[in-house]
Amino acid sequence: MAAEIVAEGVCYQYPQAADMALKDINLRIRKGEFVAIIGPNGSGKSTLAKLFNGLFVPTKGKVTVDGLDTRDRNNIWKIRQKAGMVFQNPDNQIVATMVEEDVAFGPENLGVPPEEIRKRVYEALEIVELTEFAQKPPHLLSGGQKQRVAIAGVIAMRPDYIILDEPTAMLDPVGRKEVINTVKRLNKEEGKTIVLITHFMEEAVQADRVIVMDKGRVVMMGTPREIFSQVEELKAIGLDVPQVTELAHRLRRWGLKVRGDILTIDEMVECLCPLL
Amino acid sequence: MREITIGQYIPGNSAIHRLDPRTKILITFAFMILLFVIDDFTGYVFPVAFIIAASILSGISVRYMVRGLRPLLVIILLTFILNLFLIKGRVIYEIGPLSITYEGLYQGTFMVLRLVLLIVGTSLLTLTTSPITLTDGIESLLKPFSKIGVPAHELAMMMTIALRFIPTLMEETDKIMKAQMARGADFSSGNIIKRAKSVVPILVPLFISAFRRADELAMAMESRCYRGGENRTRMKKLQMTWEDLAAFIATGVLAAGCLASRFLW
Ligand SMILES: Nc1ncnc2c1ncn2[C@@H]1O[C@H](COP(=O)(O)OP(=O)(O)OP(=O)(O)O)[C@@H](O)[C@H]1O
Ligand SMILES: [Mg+2]
Repeated sequence: MAAEIVAEGVCYQYPQAADMALKDINLRIRKGEFVAIIGPNGSGKSTLAKLFNGLFVPTKGKVTVDGLDTRDRNNIWKIRQKAGMVFQNPDNQIVATMVEEDVAFGPENLGVPPEEIRKRVYEALEIVELTEFAQKPPHLLSGGQKQRVAIAGVIAMRPDYIILDEPTAMLDPVGRKEVINTVKRLNKEEGKTIVLITHFMEEAVQADRVIVMDKGRVVMMGTPREIFSQVEELKAIGLDVPQVTELAHRLRRWGLKVRGDILTIDEMVECLCPLL
Repeated sequence: MREITIGQYIPGNSAIHRLDPRTKILITFAFMILLFVIDDFTGYVFPVAFIIAASILSGISVRYMVRGLRPLLVIILLTFILNLFLIKGRVIYEIGPLSITYEGLYQGTFMVLRLVLLIVGTSLLTLTTSPITLTDGIESLLKPFSKIGVPAHELAMMMTIALRFIPTLMEETDKIMKAQMARGADFSSGNIIKRAKSVVPILVPLFISAFRRADELAMAMESRCYRGGENRTRMKKLQMTWEDLAAFIATGVLAAGCLASRFLW
């Protein structure tokens, strides 16, 4: 059984919508990878995310998670356990009135025995570093903390894939950093496969692979370096590039000899110093 | 809205707090029924003693519980006055066409005492039981009835979600009100109709957002494999201990006293 999420010729049309929201998507998300999906508003990122765990089933084509077809309703709970999902608004995905009870919600639904649930809940809270908040009501937490509770709720279901749909969009810079660091740790230390949908290019840079979507199609795919060196192409579909990449691009246009695929401030410093 | 003290949970770890929520719910029901068994003043000795004992054990003073009666003062007074004037019998005092009778005074006081004990007794339940625990207790007690179509799990889930979203929606109401006030809305003056009208611009965005939240929450719950109460386990299991047994015995004594006061004396 292949350990990956595969989309083959996937089209999706919302009921009553005139146009296809997704058109002929073909991609493969391998186990252990950290993939970022970027694209302008309405390009179909959220729709695609919901196809990955069977919340939607493709109108045409198919999505499989570890070989399980999402169109087969018998697979649906297995798929949702394997591919956990974190949404944008932290307030609208927390179910219970106490942090530990919310984290327990997923395993409870899976019918895990009580002792095992408690163990999983505390493991998950430890991973997101919220153990001391276990007994607190979620509405007293900060945005970043709430989003980490949501992540813990997913981890407690022991998924292999974690799909995050703009988890940082409603957070302040501090909360955003907390969440991204947690996500990176999940990938590096816990070996979880991460699909991160984001509007922040600085976050996408940290992924192993970036998928660019526009108007319901995948228009580019590659390492962050390959993607962000194509500054003009990205701008044409209304996307930004990381600030340093933008700077490098402008410096090149002015005739300076800097690389076109700079992604971090450190690389920029390295490039500029010899020129001084 | 924040001043209401009836039913507001006071966190603690007293013997009463520790009781299984099912025990407390059942005892509260028994207490309510027993209050209606009592038919004269001497019978009230038992429930009053019961409340005082529970108050001492829970660490919540009777005075605090009685303070919770304030929002219901109108109802209590109304009960008293209606009984006082409407019951026929030996006249004690006359004010114009109205007359106070001995029987009215007796019955009025009797009813008020029953009402006060009823309120204090039930508030003791909610004062010592967190809403989540209370919900778990209700779910567990209703479970046997789910075979005859009582949606036990669904009711409990609805209560949990309501409890979870009340603070969120309150915060949001606050935000919307401030936003409207910044645009010159006035919520605190004018007659009732004018004030009611000024609430519409708060309710409309609040409802729209509540529906959006409900939609997203449903999606999030489905993603976490929620499919109703079937095959669902719980992290926290309710467990009765010897303390619950002791509470039931105490209630047995209360019941014996109340029944004796009615049928023996
Ligand atoms: N419930 C719906 N019914 C009909 N059409 C929808 C629905 N949700 C989204 N769409 C349409 O599907 C397309 C893709 O939307 P989607 O939400 O997947 O985009 P997105 O890339 O996630 O955008 P954003 O960056 O704003 O989150 C859009 O054209 C949108 O208008
Ligand atoms: Mg989206």
